[in-house]
Amino acid sequence: MDFSIASILALDGATNGAVYALLALATVLVFAITRVIFIPQGEFVAFGALTLAMLQLGKLPGTVWLLLALAGLAAVLELLQGLRTHRSPTAMARRALLTLAWPAAVSVVTAWAAPRQWPLAAQSVLTLAIVTPLGPLVYRLAYEKLADATVLVLLIVSVGVHFALTGLGLVFFGAEGFRNPSFWDERFALGPVSLSGQALIIFIASIALMIGLALFFGRTLQGKALRATAVNRLGARLMGISTSGAGRLSFGLAAFIGALSGLLIGPTTTMFYDSGFLIGLKGFVAAVFGALSSYPAAALGAIIVGLLESFGSFWASAFKEVIVFTFILPVLLWRSFQHGVHEDEE
Amino acid sequence: MQLTPFHQEQTETTLDLKSRLSLLALLAATLFAGSARADLTVGVSLPLTGPASGLGLPMQNQFKLWPTTVAGQKLNLIILDDATDPTNGVKNAKRFVTEDKVDVIIGSAATPVAIPMADVAAESGTVQLAASPAPLPPGKDTWTFRLPQSNGVMATGMITHMVRNGVKSVGFLGYSDAYGESWLKEFTALAEKQNIKIVGVERFARSDTSVTAQALKLASANPDAMLVVASGSGAAMPEKALVERGYKGKIYQTHAAATRDLMRIGGKDVESTFVVSGPAVIAEQLPDSHPSKAVAVDFVTKYEKAYGAGSRNQFAGHAYDALLVLQKAVPVALQRGQPGTKEFRAALREAFENMGLLVVSHGVLHWTKDDHWGFTNKTPVMLKVVNADWKIE
Repeated sequence: MDFSIASILALDGATNGAVYALLALATVLVFAITRVIFIPQGEFVAFGALTLAMLQLGKLPGTVWLLLALAGLAAVLELLQGLRTHRSPTAMARRALLTLAWPAAVSVVTAWAAPRQWPLAAQSVLTLAIVTPLGPLVYRLAYEKLADATVLVLLIVSVGVHFALTGLGLVFFGAEGFRNPSFWDERFALGPVSLSGQALIIFIASIALMIGLALFFGRTLQGKALRATAVNRLGARLMGISTSGAGRLSFGLAAFIGALSGLLIGPTTTMFYDSGFLIGLKGFVAAVFGALSSYPAAALGAIIVGLLESFGSFWASAFKEVIVFTFILPVLLWRSFQHGVHEDEE
Repeated sequence: MQLTPFHQEQTETTLDLKSRLSLLALLAATLFAGSARADLTVGVSLPLTGPASGLGLPMQNQFKLWPTTVAGQKLNLIILDDATDPTNGVKNAKRFVTEDKVDVIIGSAATPVAIPMADVAAESGTVQLAASPAPLPPGKDTWTFRLPQSNGVMATGMITHMVRNGVKSVGFLGYSDAYGESWLKEFTALAEKQNIKIVGVERFARSDTSVTAQALKLASANPDAMLVVASGSGAAMPEKALVERGYKGKIYQTHAAATRDLMRIGGKDVESTFVVSGPAVIAEQLPDSHPSKAVAVDFVTKYEKAYGAGSRNQFAGHAYDALLVLQKAVPVALQRGQPGTKEFRAALREAFENMGLLVVSHGVLHWTKDDHWGFTNKTPVMLKVVNADWKIE
């Protein structure tokens, strides 16, 4: 191996690492706020990439139907809850309409826009608008009632949600893979390395999103509320912060980050309906590096995972996944030495 | 049939106990009559969901086009989903032999699922028509016959083409699963005989986000040709990576990549790729001298009439061929026993082994007692991607 090969590998690893970093951030975010180990994170990646692929073909993506179905279910739940707590009919109707308004509007716009073949950027925005609301709806339907359950129960629910979403992905998008067109076809020569425009976009988008998240958590009231919920749920509640609202917001962010990652990675690889799982899992390994609590450590872990993956592929491609996932063992060992032995809480 | 008594109870509420009993007896009688009447029962286990669903779904489409009778016997087709999961495949196979008492098991289209199903088939003495090139140790495949061409037969066709084009060294970039391994084994053995050197062996998985590292390593060895072993739409990504890394030599793909997804995803990067294939997908372009031409054209015409132009594919062809072999073997086996009996199943196996040359859409099949693979070396066809379409070499 000489310098040029090493630099190409490093660039490739860092590009993938940047996407894993986004997913790791989302995993940490969701876990810190809701204690949910969000395995279906990767499904949003696949949904994002494939929804855009469907729009590219001029077809109405199946995720729109999923959005409408979930919103309908959530609205029914709102009504039932309203009946139980004897809310006034107007308040009930308003809440149900609020739940349905955005999904319905997005669906109408998509149905109108899909055959018209909008430019790529507009379709990407539309994709984010379709996939992002899926997050809060999934939280509303699958997790909210169980918000106080143990981490293990929430994990089991996550596995269930993962299988449900993967199965739906097969129904919506079919078994064959898609590759999205590149956002920017330019290539830049940096010595031996040729940097593609798409890789540059991945880096810029990842960094921008990280800065955005940092600002959101540091400067806005909602972001501070989320942080408070992460630190102490009960305390946050006593201060008048809605924990279920925080849960929905965190899932919305997770879905947004997932869909964005899907858009970013879609042009560099072939996406299948089930591709998201492994990508999300690598994000999870990175999140474990940050002990599911530290954002910078998780991002660093993601870059390490990306580099391990690309150098592992070069030296021993048959054992690549083994190398990447074995990485979690020394990390756990190091973590347990650092923090001493914990009693099993659950 | 079972719904009838409920229906009766609903409409005739005054039914007394005696007539109820007689109704039950009647029901029992019809059930018995049902199992005694000799239906040919075929149990199909396919990956309709999971990673290999792209192979199972078109097969299911083709099964929907099957006739209702085979050799004058009413055909009872049971299709179950194995979700590309070996455990499910075995469960399905066990259900077929114990509950449904099937005469033939077809499936699975995924190699890792078809392999353990062979054990169930052998234990119960039921013929299995595997829709995947399932490698089984000698003696284990007594009851298993394969519908697809063996990777060895396909590799022979590919090597012949390489020799003719002066290829001396090959880089291997393949799936890290049974399909990749099996190709590597067959290809290495054949390449050695022709003095073709394999300069590098790299693996990847279908779900990988990047194969840059593997492509980089292989491209720096700069062999005369690259062999990419992948399937369906997963086959384009590694090839794009090779081209991106500046590889200029010949690129070969296997028969699992012989779908239009290769061009759909690969675009201009897969131009002038060589793909080895069975004759079925290229029916119209086959020279008239090719034995499979008429059958393949028939398959393609009927399938595309039902599912749209360009929908043809390798695996629907296997389902088509399964019907052809049954139509040939069932009449022979019927002379020795009735469907649903052990004798019939044994006779069916012998009929398969002794049916001689049979032209199917995928080539010329010749199963014998010692060879349950059967496709002759005349089967493979070399295709080249020219202007995003297939052209026979």
